Amino acid sequence: MRNYLLKRLLVLIPTLVGITVVTFFIMQLAPGSPVERRLAALYAGERQGAISQEVIEQTKKLYGLDKPLPVQYWNWLKRIARFDFGESFKDHRPVSEKISEVLPITLTLNAISIVCVYLLSLPWGIYSAKIAGSKLDRGVTFFLFVLYSLPSFWVATMLILLLGGGEFLDVFPTYGIQSYGAETWALPARLWDWTRHLFLPVACLSYGGLAVLARYARVSMQEVINQDYIRTARAKGLPEVKITYKHAFRNALLPLITLLAGLLPELFGGSVIIETIFSIPGMGKLGFEAIRSLDYPLIMAITTISALLTLMGILIADVLYVVADPRISFEGKAGEG
Amino acid sequence: MAGFSLVIALSVVALLADLLANGKPILFKHEGKLTFPALHLTPELRSLDFAEIQKNLPEGEWMLWAPVPYGPTEHNLSRRLEPPSRDHPLGTDDRGRDVLSRLIHGSRVSLSVGFVAEGIALLIGLFLGALAGYYGGKVDMIISRLIEIVICFPTFFLILAVIAFLPPSIYNIMVVIGLTGWTGIARLTRAEVLRVRTLDYVQAARAAGTPAPRIIFRHVLPNAITPAIVSVTFGVAAAILVESSLSFLGFGVPPPTASWGEVLSQSRSYIDFAWWLTLFPGAAIFVTMTAYNLVGEGLRDATDPRLARARG
Repeated sequence: MRNYLLKRLLVLIPTLVGITVVTFFIMQLAPGSPVERRLAALYAGERQGAISQEVIEQTKKLYGLDKPLPVQYWNWLKRIARFDFGESFKDHRPVSEKISEVLPITLTLNAISIVCVYLLSLPWGIYSAKIAGSKLDRGVTFFLFVLYSLPSFWVATMLILLLGGGEFLDVFPTYGIQSYGAETWALPARLWDWTRHLFLPVACLSYGGLAVLARYARVSMQEVINQDYIRTARAKGLPEVKITYKHAFRNALLPLITLLAGLLPELFGGSVIIETIFSIPGMGKLGFEAIRSLDYPLIMAITTISALLTLMGILIADVLYVVADPRISFEGKAGEG
Repeated sequence: MAGFSLVIALSVVALLADLLANGKPILFKHEGKLTFPALHLTPELRSLDFAEIQKNLPEGEWMLWAPVPYGPTEHNLSRRLEPPSRDHPLGTDDRGRDVLSRLIHGSRVSLSVGFVAEGIALLIGLFLGALAGYYGGKVDMIISRLIEIVICFPTFFLILAVIAFLPPSIYNIMVVIGLTGWTGIARLTRAEVLRVRTLDYVQAARAAGTPAPRIIFRHVLPNAITPAIVSVTFGVAAAILVESSLSFLGFGVPPPTASWGEVLSQSRSYIDFAWWLTLFPGAAIFVTMTAYNLVGEGLRDATDPRLARARG
């Protein structure tokens, strides 16, 4: 196990470097260097051509942007290794500070969503294998298919329209993560307040993953249940509970663990939209605002950090995979790729 | 089957958008000549106000209007934000433009982004997947790492960031979605090429001294393309979703071009009452995605017997 982990970590290094290279060069190669855009924004009120070449050069020097690109990349890499992402163009606060304020919120939201997705889809997979082909099975499968094709930003706006206190019902608050002044409330009241605030965003974030995972859980479980070793277990007279959970479920779980890795980048992309719609002060909303104000350091930091988090998620999925299936060794996996 | 007919119907709507929703008549018998103002606006037709002429047509002249007699960018500020009515079956937006007309023309944006972006993704994915699968070894390792890197990126955020830095245009959106969306195709193609390259006819081609590029692209790839095609069908739906999300956030096709996401984004400002601005464009996106996903499922079931069996 330790060897496996070590090897897996070593393989991560080229991927990590690749991630930083791509982030850096995409941002640098975008038309209009960051400095020119920054100055253009600063001097937006003044007449055209007011920014002299001299000012541009000075500013470039200030940010170290007068050096060749590989040197700049190396310097940037050295700084992000210390989690120093520079200052935000917008308010000159350190980027790492801004991100550390919002990261917990997004992580919490996504963690709750992932838990919801698995808590709902795994039991459904087990249950649907027992009722395969029934009306309920087909109905839910159809419903999940519909769910899969629903754009989340549409669902979010429809939910706000219908339940958010417009012309229709007023069931859920649609702004932020807590009511104004909720810090002073008693804990149960605050928890209830949070739940009410987070219900719609979490629902919007998770239903897409749920649609995918529940369908896979069903197919995977139904496939396993028809295998010979299950028939053998039945023939041996094992209790049904043991067959389901020990023999079938554990094997059906494997492809579902792999899906976790695919779920993570999707979730962050979803956070950008959902947090913006529900005004949740998380990393998605911060990222969207950074993009709107072309805040280079912040965009680069958020891209890098979320790519790193995804990589960690993939690693966790790999480890879980080994835990769930002792047959898998690193060599075996590398060969199968 | 339902999905397939829907896909055809949507393509027809997109192709005929100019004839389905147009502020100018399709046919106009004018001064003894038959003209086509909706398709071709000659200089003498340009100055005419067709709605006025319609009110008292001269003897022997007639007009045939499109089913939706409004252009997608034709605004009428005195009829802003009207709910669905006889004149505007799906209501009007905040500039008094007809929502139905904008949705019909928006289908062009969605479908063209979906197809071009996935076309780009397919080319990259097939090429890299085939190379990795056929050569194996170092080539495979490098390409597999590349795939892993691209998978790790928060694609939507990256697309959003790149689009924000580029000048607004539909072509940039197509290219960026295509450049980030090829990993699934590459992985499937790689796996399939790994299988096909061991088959006898490939060995025979190699023994006959056929150059490698010819073997890969003439012999191997055509027999390894099926999973990629299935994936592309789902990819079109995904690309349409990304485009409409971008437009929804204000980074889509530049105005005044109509796009489904853009109509939906207006609804955010009037979310308290303007349900028609939310419901209809969202339904358009939903129906299109469902159609492509249905076709994708059908293709997958038809080509992947293992899955079909599991479905029973």
